[in-house]
Amino acid sequence: MKTLLKKLTETASPSGYESAIREVIRAEISSLSTNIKVDALGNLIVTMGKKTDNGLRVMIAAHMDEIGVIVSYVEKTGLVRFSNLGTILPQYLAGSRVVFLNGARGVINHDLPDDLHKIMPLNKHFIDVGATSDKDCLLKIGDVGVIDRSFVDLGKRVSAKSMDDRVACAVMIETMKKIKNNPHELVFVFSTQEEVQCKGATTAAYEIEPDLGIALDVTPSLDILGIKMQVDLGKGPAIKVRDMGMLSDPRVVSWMESTAKKNKIAYQLEVLDVGTTDAKVMQISKAGLPSGALSIPCRYVHSPSEVVDMDDVQATVNLLSALLNNPISL
Amino acid sequence: MSPQTKQVLRVGKAQLDLLEELTNANGVSGNEIEIREIIRKKVAPFADEIKVDGMGNLLVIKHAKKPNAIKVMLDAHMDEVGFMIVEEDGDGLYEFEHVGGGDERQFVSKPVSVGSQKLPGVIGSKPIHLASEDEMNAVISQQGMRIDLGPAGKGKAKRGDYAAYATKFIRSGDAIFAKALDNRLGCATLIELLKTAPEHIELLAAFTVQEEIGLRGAKVAAYDFYPQMAIAVDSTPAFDFERPDGNENTEYNCKLGGGPAIYIADRGTLSDPRLIRFLTQVAEENKINYQYRQPGGGGTDAGALHLTRGGIPSVSVSVPGRYAHTAVMLARISDWQDTLNLLQQALAAWTPEILSGDRA
Ligand SMILES: [Zn+2]
Ligand SMILES: [Zn+2]
Repeated sequence: MKTLLKKLTETASPSGYESAIREVIRAEISSLSTNIKVDALGNLIVTMGKKTDNGLRVMIAAHMDEIGVIVSYVEKTGLVRFSNLGTILPQYLAGSRVVFLNGARGVINHDLPDDLHKIMPLNKHFIDVGATSDKDCLLKIGDVGVIDRSFVDLGKRVSAKSMDDRVACAVMIETMKKIKNNPHELVFVFSTQEEVQCKGATTAAYEIEPDLGIALDVTPSLDILGIKMQVDLGKGPAIKVRDMGMLSDPRVVSWMESTAKKNKIAYQLEVLDVGTTDAKVMQISKAGLPSGALSIPCRYVHSPSEVVDMDDVQATVNLLSALLNNPISL
Repeated sequence: MSPQTKQVLRVGKAQLDLLEELTNANGVSGNEIEIREIIRKKVAPFADEIKVDGMGNLLVIKHAKKPNAIKVMLDAHMDEVGFMIVEEDGDGLYEFEHVGGGDERQFVSKPVSVGSQKLPGVIGSKPIHLASEDEMNAVISQQGMRIDLGPAGKGKAKRGDYAAYATKFIRSGDAIFAKALDNRLGCATLIELLKTAPEHIELLAAFTVQEEIGLRGAKVAAYDFYPQMAIAVDSTPAFDFERPDGNENTEYNCKLGGGPAIYIADRGTLSDPRLIRFLTQVAEENKINYQYRQPGGGGTDAGALHLTRGGIPSVSVSVPGRYAHTAVMLARISDWQDTLNLLQQALAAWTPEILSGDRA
């Protein structure tokens, strides 16, 4: 699992440019289904099983995009100004390295601040790719990149960029391997553009028309931006009750809770005051559907070094498999 | 395609007359009827199907001459930013609200045209003679302004009446000065492209409503058309001034004279990379001036188009224009002509293979 996580998190694929991660994932799951397709927005959609009379069509989504940067200007000095793909937090940028999809590498820093204690806004940051002028700069307007940072094994816990949401992609891949004969049609969606408002899941849900929707994502652990987070690392998957984009269907919450209890899987309940997941758009797709989410607790979300606990990751696989391998009655 | 391909479409008197008629007409978001009727008349001679949908979008189809043709949607919003009358204070003075992303700092002293009777008026406020020092240094709030129709306007306007800037179109050399170039430039572009539609594509042109208040018309137009590919044609702000401190202007959005601005990323859309590459290639091969709009905020109807149903590969192409969302915008005829030619050549060169591979 750590090997898979390393492979997934070390792939560079910001929102809107997911082809690299899609191919990595496709290679992992290609033997598991004969029904694999890619839609107009680049979602990788893998269907397992057929819906039977006492089964449901379940859409399970983990987003494969990550936050990134996009070049907005190359200065005469060769320094590169950039904008964001998804929510880039400026406080983590100075000193970070970036790698672009065209292969260019660079380091981020910012203009001289007036006040050393203030966080510089994104447009005061630049990327230095080692160019001496705009003439020999390897980047042009529109080139995209991501944070350049390798996976590190900290033992029980691991750290990498883009744990959000590659850890959930890993959970989904491992769960798919554990799918046994069951009455459901399981549609696993490795979705695109979640970090820019859940766009991939929007169009995927429209086409799939699921009876039930589950999003897999990370949820922040420890305090962030002065907001208290209730979820802890190491205490198991978080069953989402609410976030800023949706209220989980209470039937889905109690189904997840009772399944966890039955299988003796430790879990936490999540009430989140920042962010949302793909479940938000599934819930209100077409005529609407019961939706919920399983979250993997994660520290330092949207920083270059996000941290998760491997026991939480494994427990999420166990809970998701238990949820999907049995009849569902809400 | 030969590298010597000439610019096929010219902006001549007919095109400028069309743009003049479109920009002088009023079509504030939610009240696009005047624009719609002008466009309907213009496209009638060469359109195969014309209809108005439940939101007021004008949907025009030019059929392909071949079976199984790819469906390409072109979108341009008809609406412009403006105002709405809220309350009469007496004597032809009216309280108002703005409609769309108007810039409150720019409202004062602008001539306006109110209601279907086009009552002449001006947005008035306290004159400099009477302003305190504090007021001199502050933005005049909308609450401190009135639309003044003069005594003849007493009782003539009522709550809910729309008002638009009353600026008239002027051409000066390569420059066009007019209100609502955002987005009558797009409307005029679509009308011209319908005339020259290539035979191998099913061309679906949507003249949409209520873009300025949240891409509302485009959403239902795209649902109806559900094309295989969509291009939003709009006007995007240029802020290409020298910076007063002499430093490089790194946030100009796009430049006048730089040709059509191809969108890569904005607040609402990450353009389909296959379409960005295709448009770039068409521009290069035909030696058409083009630029990439700086990635960042802002948005176009593409934000609604690409999320429709199972997803539609989409991109935006805009004519650069200075002073967007004010009483007078400035654009260049040469940029418009380059935009027309880029889109016309792109339609002519379109093949389904462009979208046959996975999105990047
Ligand atoms: Zn996420
Ligand atoms: Zn516009």
